[in-house]
Amino acid sequence: MSTAAKTTIPIVPAGTPVAKVPTFDVFTTKKDEIVGWARKFSIFPYPFVTACCGMEFMSVSSTLYDTDRFGAALPRFTPRQSDLMMVVGTITHKQAPVLQRIWEQMCEPKWAMAFGVCATSGGFYDNYAVVQGIDKIIPVDVYIPGCPPRPEMVIDGIMQLQDKIAKQHHVILKGDF
Amino acid sequence: MAERITSLLGVEATLSHGMPVVQFAPAQVLDAARELRDVHGYDMLLDVTAVDWMGQAPRFEVVWHFFRSTDCTRVRIKTRVEEAAPVVDSLTPLYGSAAFMERECHEMLGIAFRGNADLRPILLYEGFVGHPLRKDYDKHHEQPLVQYRDAEGQG
Repeated sequence: MSTAAKTTIPIVPAGTPVAKVPTFDVFTTKKDEIVGWARKFSIFPYPFVTACCGMEFMSVSSTLYDTDRFGAALPRFTPRQSDLMMVVGTITHKQAPVLQRIWEQMCEPKWAMAFGVCATSGGFYDNYAVVQGIDKIIPVDVYIPGCPPRPEMVIDGIMQLQDKIAKQHHVILKGDF
Repeated sequence: MAERITSLLGVEATLSHGMPVVQFAPAQVLDAARELRDVHGYDMLLDVTAVDWMGQAPRFEVVWHFFRSTDCTRVRIKTRVEEAAPVVDSLTPLYGSAAFMERECHEMLGIAFRGNADLRPILLYEGFVGHPLRKDYDKHHEQPLVQYRDAEGQG
């Protein structure tokens, strides 16, 4: 009982002046660094899932591998609210106009990820029906090979994309700010 | 009704891996299918497809597979059509399932089915030139619908 009485928080009467705790109230940094730091941990992905890689996407985004740890978890099912397009699966020529249109609906800043070997290069669909790599249609920031890729590869791809975002020049303010 | 088909419209059937195969002229196919359905009880059309024998005289061979659900037997019907006029009769008056399978056969191999009112492409898109499952279609001949980015890439 005596030890418990020692650790109780003392009751401070109202009106007592509060002692100032030493904290860091101000720090200096570069605009690009802090914006990149903020953006790299708040990636909102849009899953453009067309094929069997979608199973792997479900695996990597759910509990066991959990891309939420990287701030890239909450899929937005409208391109207008997202800033990372994950193209998961084979893109055929019939589907290419849809992919391009959705990419154009996304607001800047935006990034694209080719998830799996079909999105990267067409994969083993080396034929008339499949786009031989989505970078023929939209600019791609990170390619993840594999059929399907291991979850570790996807996580590595997300981390490489985060590094890329952190090092980018982020145009958010005018020069006369 | 339960016994195996040995002849159809007077044409002898041959056996291929235990399945009766009957070869007809293109004009006989509709009558043969009607006899199969109404007399022999083959109540299901399983498949409509074609084979491209490039270099042979009647180039295309159209193939139908029929199935009888009472004893689970199958029958195959074949016919040969020329490249200049690859036309056969549609089986849509007899089997509803023929409609979509004939559409696919039409877009992939260019076989026209007389009597099928809806031969729009299913897997291909409007504006696709040629028939990709023909042997003389180059498999790398792409027909993209969108403008490709240039090598440098913009935005």
